[in-house]
Amino acid sequence: MNDTPRDADDPIEPVERDRPGGSPDSGEQPTVVHAPQATAVTPVATAPGATDDRTVEDDDPWGSAFRRIMGGNLVMALLAIFASLVVGGILIAATDERVQAASGYFFARPGDMLGAIWDAVFGAYSALFQGSILNFSRPEAGFATMIKPLTDTLNFATPLIAAGLGVAIAFRVGLFNIGGRGQMLWAAAAAGWVGFSFQLPPVLHVLVAIAVGIVAGAIWGAVAGALKAFTGAHEVIVTIMLNFVALWFITWMLRTPGLLQNPASNNPISPPMPDSATLPSIFGPPFILHWGFVLSVAAVIFCSWLINRSSLGFQFRAVGYNKSAALNAGMDVKRLTVLAMAFAGGFMGLAGAQQVTGAVTTGFTSGIDAGIGFDGITVALLGGSTPWGTFFAGLLFGAFKAGGFRMQAAEGVPIDIILVVQSFIVLFIAAPPLVRAMFGLPQPGKKSRRQRRDEAALKAMTQQKGAQS
Amino acid sequence: MTTQQPAEVQPAADERIELERAVVKHWKAPISYAVLTAVSFILMVLLARDGLARLRLASGGDFFQIPDALLPVRATGVVVVVLLALLTAFSFWAAATVRKVGAWLPVVFGIVFVVGFLVWAGAGAMIPIPGLLFATVGLSVPLIFGAMGGVISERAGVVNIAIEAQLLGGAFTGAVVASATGSTIVGVFAAMVASVLVSMVLAVFAIRYFVEQIIVGVVLNVLIAGLTNFFYSSVLTDNPALNSPDRLPRLNIPLLENIPLIGPALFNQTAIVYAMYLIVPLIAWGLFKTTWGLRLRAIGEHPLAADTVGINVPRLRFWNVSLAGAVAGLGGAYFTLDSNGAFTREMTAGLGYIALAAVIFGQWHPIKATAAALLFGFASALQQTLGAIGSPVPSEFMLMLPYVITILAVAGFIGQSRPPAASGKPYRKQ
Amino acid sequence: MTLELKGITKRFGALTANDHIDLEVNAGEIHCLLGENGAGKSTLMNVLYGLYQADEGQILLDGEVQHFSGPGDAMRAGIGMVHQHFMLIPVFTVAENVLLGHEKALGGLSGAKQKVREISDRFGFHIDPDAKIEDLPVGVQQRVEIIKALSQDAKVLVFDEPTAVLTPRETDELMAIMQQLRDEGTAIVFITHKLREVRAIADRITVIRLGKVVGEASREDSSNELASMMVGRAVELTVQKSPPVLTDNIVEIRGLTVLDAIGQKVVNDVSFDVRGGEVLCIAGVQGNGQTELTEAIIGMQPRTTGSIKLNGLELQGKSVREVLDSGVGFVPEDRTVDGLVGDFTIAENLMLDRYRGEPFVRVGSIDRAVRDEFATEKLDAFDIRAQGIDTHVGTLSGGNQQKVVLARELGRPLSLFVASQPTRGLDVGSIEFVHSQVIASRDAGIPVIVVSTELDEVVGLADRIAVMYRGGVVGVVPADTSRDTLGLMMAGEPPAAAPADPTDPSEGAAA
Repeated sequence: MNDTPRDADDPIEPVERDRPGGSPDSGEQPTVVHAPQATAVTPVATAPGATDDRTVEDDDPWGSAFRRIMGGNLVMALLAIFASLVVGGILIAATDERVQAASGYFFARPGDMLGAIWDAVFGAYSALFQGSILNFSRPEAGFATMIKPLTDTLNFATPLIAAGLGVAIAFRVGLFNIGGRGQMLWAAAAAGWVGFSFQLPPVLHVLVAIAVGIVAGAIWGAVAGALKAFTGAHEVIVTIMLNFVALWFITWMLRTPGLLQNPASNNPISPPMPDSATLPSIFGPPFILHWGFVLSVAAVIFCSWLINRSSLGFQFRAVGYNKSAALNAGMDVKRLTVLAMAFAGGFMGLAGAQQVTGAVTTGFTSGIDAGIGFDGITVALLGGSTPWGTFFAGLLFGAFKAGGFRMQAAEGVPIDIILVVQSFIVLFIAAPPLVRAMFGLPQPGKKSRRQRRDEAALKAMTQQKGAQS
Repeated sequence: MTTQQPAEVQPAADERIELERAVVKHWKAPISYAVLTAVSFILMVLLARDGLARLRLASGGDFFQIPDALLPVRATGVVVVVLLALLTAFSFWAAATVRKVGAWLPVVFGIVFVVGFLVWAGAGAMIPIPGLLFATVGLSVPLIFGAMGGVISERAGVVNIAIEAQLLGGAFTGAVVASATGSTIVGVFAAMVASVLVSMVLAVFAIRYFVEQIIVGVVLNVLIAGLTNFFYSSVLTDNPALNSPDRLPRLNIPLLENIPLIGPALFNQTAIVYAMYLIVPLIAWGLFKTTWGLRLRAIGEHPLAADTVGINVPRLRFWNVSLAGAVAGLGGAYFTLDSNGAFTREMTAGLGYIALAAVIFGQWHPIKATAAALLFGFASALQQTLGAIGSPVPSEFMLMLPYVITILAVAGFIGQSRPPAASGKPYRKQ
Repeated sequence: MTLELKGITKRFGALTANDHIDLEVNAGEIHCLLGENGAGKSTLMNVLYGLYQADEGQILLDGEVQHFSGPGDAMRAGIGMVHQHFMLIPVFTVAENVLLGHEKALGGLSGAKQKVREISDRFGFHIDPDAKIEDLPVGVQQRVEIIKALSQDAKVLVFDEPTAVLTPRETDELMAIMQQLRDEGTAIVFITHKLREVRAIADRITVIRLGKVVGEASREDSSNELASMMVGRAVELTVQKSPPVLTDNIVEIRGLTVLDAIGQKVVNDVSFDVRGGEVLCIAGVQGNGQTELTEAIIGMQPRTTGSIKLNGLELQGKSVREVLDSGVGFVPEDRTVDGLVGDFTIAENLMLDRYRGEPFVRVGSIDRAVRDEFATEKLDAFDIRAQGIDTHVGTLSGGNQQKVVLARELGRPLSLFVASQPTRGLDVGSIEFVHSQVIASRDAGIPVIVVSTELDEVVGLADRIAVMYRGGVVGVVPADTSRDTLGLMMAGEPPAAAPADPTDPSEGAAA
């Protein structure tokens, strides 16, 4: 695979080179000069005339899978959210009893059915809004009642943001952290254990508990990272399997007296957390928003520094984009893999610790993770795997959760609809062409099928070439 | 785990000399055996329990009754550990002399270990082996169907994390349609259709939109869980009639069901299970002996090469992933139309992930994956049985077993785990 | 069968890869398509093979217009292709690979085996139809590709750069096969950029450059004439350099052996020295261990034994980080894969291997001011043509990318400089720039090792030449060794008692 016309065994240049004496074989003894061990090489100032000035040859020669994840733009995100809410609306309408009843005589009085659909969907989404942002149904109850939903949103967003960071940072290193559940469980168990087993001064106690929780999550993450780094096991498989290992292990500890089980109970549940190990409410009752939210914001700021500004983050990103180049630059990819999973587990650990010290302080079960480990995946994807993107995506999904409870209570729409909407958002975000097609938008840089096919084949070939050489 | 020692140049055929090779020795397998033997030693010798263990080997309708096996726990433990130690030593010797060991070694090792464990755990109690085997088959069926779906899909180059979603979607639809139509057969087909739809979503996003397949799979699992929960809460709870399907009838196969030990477990089952007996060998034969299999494996290994011989890779992938869904759908139907009789929230309870584990532990091979699924089903059944007689091992540790084994497998400590080369890689990536 | 391409045009975005190309091949002739890499040869053949659709133009077989929507159509029409990167499935057997896609026509696996044996016998290939592809050497794999094409009764056979991975001897064997095929009446299109091969077997020669047909040539034309047609300029690539001034710096490599993943000795007991102030070029056909040798020096090959001493300091067994810290500069073979992070900016890439400590990192944070200042300076000094230091490297041309790599590697104090295929895929201007940098490093008094498969580059740059063959060093010879000798050495023949170079007599023993 020579790239120039000159052939390895083809004497196209028979002309003897003008070789002034002094080459090692010319008989003249070369002069030996002592040079410093390390020499700075200064570039020769040549300005070759024929330098290639073409800039773009291929719009995405590295074509990483993560570019798509991270390259989300706001408009696409908003469209995806809108489309998903429409899907959710269809489901709500379809299962509404009045709509079903009205559909029976649709051809007789179509207005009834349309009205019923409007009532069902508008009612549900209005409840969603009132449960998550602003409760304007009872303005006479005062400002606090009006904005309480907003603080509920922040409250629900708290662990989602932390868990989202746990997925996002792994993404940036090219790793999928599906192991949020296990990491959160260990963190919850560790933080909970510190909480109910020790007696420490109030503020210190909760901080120590959370710190221990973070460490526990980080260790469980690092186990997956180490398996990936040193045995080559795929981290997706490993983290999925470790989730269940953690689940059963914690379940066992929760039902074993002397370990995590509440001595006053026969159920697999831990003792309640003492007040000293509980995150207090920021604004006091009736607001349930606790100081864990501030910790999540701090985590976002830290993660932002870590990824964008720190030396470690530089290495993380280099590994995520191009592992070979990182290896060649002397980076210890194995160590970085373990570290990245440790950080990911640490953020998940924060989420788990927030659950036991903030959300559920009356004793936890093996369901303490509440699916947040998986929600973190959708949060990170919607947030484009950037820390602040994750923050806002966490707020959105927090709002869905807060509003979802009100929607269930007020309109009888099962809160599971939130999971459905969330999943659709991620699917749409991941496939921008689909969203564009749905909204009839032009595909940017749209190429004919044929062009795309050809380019992809070309790329597949060059990749092959890379793999072979 | 490997050491090298130089060897002589191998003269290759066709006088084309290969590079010099050094011999590579693999120590992972013997080490795994050694660890298991050590565990056995600790359990069965150091922590030996007293008394006798009674293994019941007979059941009602057998041709002839095998008497119960009454085994002294201590002595059996010693014998088992000695046998395991011998097998381990053989494995070390084979590794040192770079000898190929057949599949018999892990199988024999496993059986000896399981017998030893059963006797140890059953000290002072009675373990009904036919019941254990019956439960094993029952718990394995959805795993095997799920694993077959995984094998087909991944062999075609699409990673199938969504087995859980396929099972759950199939279970739900099977229950609802069978209840609504009053026909279990229609219900089974509806379950397959539902799973195919889930598969098609996976296929469209993975093949048409080049979305990372793992993400699609994970999201689909969440989506289907959300959807079935939503419909369960909003529709099924108010209309119980939609969630009370008839169950498939048990079909006894005369004579075969009277075979001692395995007869009742294998031949007193429903049509879905008998279908499984046919489908697994059919897939294995198809995969390695037919044109369908040749092309399927080709697009999963080297799609560009398949393209250059005129195979339409995206289309073939799409239909094979859909087919994978149809097979997994049978597993879904099993939940509501065979084992349970009604749909409950998230009733697959992570079994889709165990099926995925079986695919990996079974090295993407239908027969081996089935064996892996049976092993995991056995662990689960054993946990139930031991729970009933008061197990010395916490049941959670038994439940952990499939996951730990899979981690060890992907880490290379058990068997060689090499997925299809192009699995997970979108073809014609933008 | 006569194949005609008329006015084939193929565009990729703004780039016109093929611009109204005409080509005609008749039965029983070998038509060479000669051109530089990137001239558009492979694109043309992929159009012919139905992998790409032409934007304009026609493909005619025996005067009839063909419409290929995929490779299947082309195959059915009687066109076969031996791909540059073999289209074989490694875990399949030979017969299964031949069978794939033609299950009915070949009559199942037994039919395919029969066919393999038949064709194999006809050409004396000795190929076992049940052998797994991944167990076969490269040269044999290529024969399987040929069998695959012939099993479809191809009347037109396209060989796309078939000799790139072959040794000279395997190349000769391949040419004999091609001649046999021609004599049996097959029309052959032979794509290459190697003049010797063209002149050896071509019946007709078409030269293309930058996507256009430059003209037809005859095999009687001199290599120089062919080459100038191909590159469109007088081929002249002399490297300006003064006699070497040797220094005390020295890298000593002794008994270096590298095993690959399956235990093959890809580098086999290699020993040589390089002194400060001289360039040692490592020549050889691609894939004879050069890549692994340089990677072993840099610490990338985990299964390495032997010794690499840089000024008395043992590098073998050290991590890449430690090797780099001891002053080794390394230009990897594939800059887009190993040298650069395409999604990083120029500034970030310029500090890629200096992510710890001063000057770029302070208390764990990257000092952006220092980084940007450094980048601005290097952008200027190395004449990197880009909009600014925040341009993503992935959007730069190959030449500018290579300059970023050089700027980074030469931007810190060095005691050894290793460059692997530093000019591969570059335009002439960038090649000259790279060469001048290599010579500047040498003149700064450090040892320089350059790996190149281009004999001209080797002869131009080297003060001494080591030739590698199948993992071993065949010999270390002076730069003015004749090309015939070097060619023989590249095929594994040791130099005929050539006096080893005077600076270090121990090297002759390495052969």
